[in-house]
Amino acid sequence: MSARSVRAKWVEDGSSLPIFIILIAGLLWALFAAHPTGVPAGSYPTLEMHGYIMMGAFLVGIIMLVGVCSNGTPKINLAEYEDKVIKYGVLATTFWGIVGMLVGVIIACQLTWPRIFYFDSMPWLNFGRMRPLHTSAVIFAFGGNALIATSFYVVQRTCRTRLAGGLWAWFVFWGYQLFIVLAATGYLTGITQSKEYAEPEWYVDIWLTIVWVAYLMVFMGTLYKRKEPHIYVANWFYLAFIVTVAILHIVNNLSLPTGMFEAKSYSLFSGVQDAMTQWWYGHNAVGFFLTAGFLAIMYYFIPKRADRPIWSYKLSIVHFWAVIFIYIWAGPHHLHFTALPQWTQTLGMVFSIMLWMPSWGGMINGLMTLQGAWDKLRTDPVLRMLVVSVAFYGMATFEGPLMSIRYVNALSHYTEWTIGHVHSGALGWNGFVTFGALYCLVPWLWKKKELYSLKLVEWHFWLATIGIVFYITAMWVAGIMEGLMWRAYTDLGFLEYAFIETVSAKHISYIVRALGGTLFLLGTFVMAFNIFMTIKGRGLAEPIDGDEPLAKRPVLPVSEPQLGGAAQ
Amino acid sequence: MAKKESQKDPQEIETTGHEWDGIEELNTPMPRWWLWMFYGCILWAIIYAILMPSIPFLNSYFKGTLGYSDRAAVLEDVEAMHADRAVYASKLSGANLEDIQADPELFRYAMAAGKSAFGDNCATCHGSGAQGFKGYPNLNDDIWIWGGTFEDIRETLTVGIRAAHDDSRFGLMQAYGTDELLTKDQISDAAHFVLSLSGRDDDAIASLRGSEIFRDNCASCHGDTGIGDKMQGAPNLTDEDWLYGDTLEDVYQSIYGGRQGVMPNWNERLSPETITALAVYVHALGGGQASAPAEPGTPNDP
Repeated sequence: MSARSVRAKWVEDGSSLPIFIILIAGLLWALFAAHPTGVPAGSYPTLEMHGYIMMGAFLVGIIMLVGVCSNGTPKINLAEYEDKVIKYGVLATTFWGIVGMLVGVIIACQLTWPRIFYFDSMPWLNFGRMRPLHTSAVIFAFGGNALIATSFYVVQRTCRTRLAGGLWAWFVFWGYQLFIVLAATGYLTGITQSKEYAEPEWYVDIWLTIVWVAYLMVFMGTLYKRKEPHIYVANWFYLAFIVTVAILHIVNNLSLPTGMFEAKSYSLFSGVQDAMTQWWYGHNAVGFFLTAGFLAIMYYFIPKRADRPIWSYKLSIVHFWAVIFIYIWAGPHHLHFTALPQWTQTLGMVFSIMLWMPSWGGMINGLMTLQGAWDKLRTDPVLRMLVVSVAFYGMATFEGPLMSIRYVNALSHYTEWTIGHVHSGALGWNGFVTFGALYCLVPWLWKKKELYSLKLVEWHFWLATIGIVFYITAMWVAGIMEGLMWRAYTDLGFLEYAFIETVSAKHISYIVRALGGTLFLLGTFVMAFNIFMTIKGRGLAEPIDGDEPLAKRPVLPVSEPQLGGAAQ
Repeated sequence: MAKKESQKDPQEIETTGHEWDGIEELNTPMPRWWLWMFYGCILWAIIYAILMPSIPFLNSYFKGTLGYSDRAAVLEDVEAMHADRAVYASKLSGANLEDIQADPELFRYAMAAGKSAFGDNCATCHGSGAQGFKGYPNLNDDIWIWGGTFEDIRETLTVGIRAAHDDSRFGLMQAYGTDELLTKDQISDAAHFVLSLSGRDDDAIASLRGSEIFRDNCASCHGDTGIGDKMQGAPNLTDEDWLYGDTLEDVYQSIYGGRQGVMPNWNERLSPETITALAVYVHALGGGQASAPAEPGTPNDP
């Protein structure tokens, strides 16, 4: 194969020693944490379980690292892309997607039939513990792995260089999985700092910070040694996502632990400042994790799959900077009509309105990139998935500013409408764009001509689309209904409905929602099967002949980068 | 509009000249409609920020040219509501049922206030239709543990049952098994007898043995014939209504462990007029009894 036939360029990888030091430090801390002393029984979960999990993880890491280094300093071939870690990322994304969506279906059933789905003897399966498990699993485990895997893929291709940092990419991947396991087991056993989307306690936060900084370094290092004169737009979005998430994560999780080896901590902020910090974080987790990061996926995979140029370079610049600047101010709209001062609410609302068009810039650029290739939507279900994701993105980013208007929010806040809004974004936009990217990546990475079955992609597409439609229409109905019921007064000025009546009124909608979620989950199972069979090389997934060059994949230059020439 | 651009052949528009992994970029100008809507949103944001409280200063903030404040508006609304209700509230507090019923407007108000308060406070245990659950009495029927007159209901609401209030209603159903006052066999026999009182037991011998145990231990509160005593909160055992279930197992459990159902005293949470309104509402649900002065030990059933 041509990529292999070029001269290999082996260099030594010096990343093992710092990684080794981190792992040893982690292991030492875990040794102490696993043997809690002086903690009154039953006051708060101790670190015992997490101590053992971390001990095991760090030990395995150290053994693997020693194995890699047993033949001297590991060497890497700069003439090849680092693709193995991306393969792992693709599999992790699929796995965590199924876990997260399955938990989502379970908690949807718990809300619908609380008596049947109440597990008396298993308190850790209660709704209150499963709900953060669901949100974190789909956002951070499924979405996060998708972002890390695609960013590693995209940054290498669009910079025409191997990932920087050698083993650090592997550290990022496995470190992130450890973060997920610690977060998930923590929620189930009651270790939480009860900040939405930032539930993990301080020591898990510190671990994620270490992993995230390593991620940032790998990404920036790759950008730095790029063989292209310019940085591709997808990489702007990835970089904005990584940098901003680091800032958000660190600030919102500032807290004081009760002890070096104790699980509990207290937030540095209190009262309404704490709430505002939390929603500054929470909203921008949506803005930079679920929007900027996934726009990066969109900006690579749509033009690549459609084989068309990006529609407007100017639009991409303007909407990128507008999104980045405006998003960060919109958080207060999560706290309308609370103790938050009204001036703050006003600012949150007007920035949310101004965010509408910048968000749509991404949608326009994504859709219009199909110009001249619209016919492919009929024949290529993967491209259709990517394009429909952009349509859902447009819908959710119209609905968001709408709901941020205080007068609309007075009706929508705390209702199921919010849940519907989140899921039209999460299922339709984040879900579909990730599925589309996975369907592209699997044949590319495992070097197959095509997916195992495009028909199964059709099935996935329709199952998931119908599931989303069920889900969001049920939540619109339930949300607007309960919002209206809550504000219904009798002519004497008393509330028309007791709260419990507004709950039971939602039962049918809840059933439809659970059904929609189940369909969506079924679609994900279909995708997992398709991916598995593609990797096995069945059906249409014939292995690509060794001599045939990969479509549109440039060969890595092994000599000095020809900066001027590469732009041609 | 976008259509104009989309009809153009993409080949007519130049690319930026860059290429990444085969991806090029067209130099299409930004859509006019998009740009104008963006400007429009910014303009609207500025106008709204001038009208409403928006910019923070060191010790204060810009109040907005309209001078609108959420908190002031809510305070105003609440005050207006209190003013509207003050007339009714003063009439309701301490009133008796006849007075309230004599004034149709006041009665309508009391019913509305009672229904609303019931939904917010009582429905959690008694159900939104007051139908009750196991351990939580049905309030629609005419079976009352502590009496079903307007005054009884208001008193129960005020002081609660086994609650923190000094004068709280307190019925002592002992835990005959847990406290080892009776053996398991004795409890079983007593349960058989209790069920026989309403004709739902078929073990005549056990029930005969139980009758003696009942006389010695239960009759002091529930009465020799088991018809109960509302002064002590001892339920009637001869009727069809079973708060904790009518199976042998349920009754056995009731005697073995005792039943200590609790209702909070609402006088600390609700105003006297709201409690009066609640009493009017509950009384009118279907089982309210006339306020004839009740003799101690009067049978439950008319």
